[in-house]
Amino acid sequence: MEAIKADQVQDSLGQACPMPIVHMAKNMRGMAAGQVLELRADDEGAHADIPAWCEQTGNEFLGKEQADGYFKYYVRKKA
Amino acid sequence: MAAKNAATIILLSGDMDRVFAAFTLASSSAAAGMNTTIFFTFWGLKAIQDGNLTGKGFMGRMVGLLNRGGVERLGPSKFNFGGMGRWMFKKMMAAKGVTSLTELRQACIDLGVHFLACKMSMDVMEIKREDLIPEVEDVVGAATATKIAAESSIQYFI
Repeated sequence: MEAIKADQVQDSLGQACPMPIVHMAKNMRGMAAGQVLELRADDEGAHADIPAWCEQTGNEFLGKEQADGYFKYYVRKKA
Repeated sequence: MAAKNAATIILLSGDMDRVFAAFTLASSSAAAGMNTTIFFTFWGLKAIQDGNLTGKGFMGRMVGLLNRGGVERLGPSKFNFGGMGRWMFKKMMAAKGVTSLTELRQACIDLGVHFLACKMSMDVMEIKREDLIPEVEDVVGAATATKIAAESSIQYFI
């Protein structure tokens, strides 16, 4: 995957369901349309939950990238 | 009546695990932009009590003592063993990065989840409005819960 430039980074390492999503929803409220959030999480539930949340809310899931012991998930705020 | 993008949870239970499920689903629904309401009834009221002793009459005070409210005081529906189970589950959950019930309830509040308390249960158990946390929006009856549930696209009964 091409490197994506994030406007904001959310550190959810060590957090379990539903807190990564709860914090993502809060963070996205404060972002402008088109901006990208990089969410760092090591909870396996996030694999399914982040795309599911995007599908329900209309935000765009750009993809994920493996890092050292966690994943980076990229979400673009809808217009 | 068309269903709105809304979720309604009727929380009858006052067990730690079930209250966890209710607050987890509520915060997830609210995070997904759904207008979310929890209607706390009977044992479920414990999750929104501030934890003081309740009751006026003899039996009301007995209920208040044996069924003391407060979200961190809730025991699991199985394996409570007089409080040992609660201690054990809290330790296991903390080790897995699971947030506490107090924090999860606060996340619901921050995301705008509506908390409604059941008037009839409060009367029966002698729980007053002042015994509940201030974030409870209203004290209502079953008809209000029914109306909100009818307008929701998801209804959970826990």
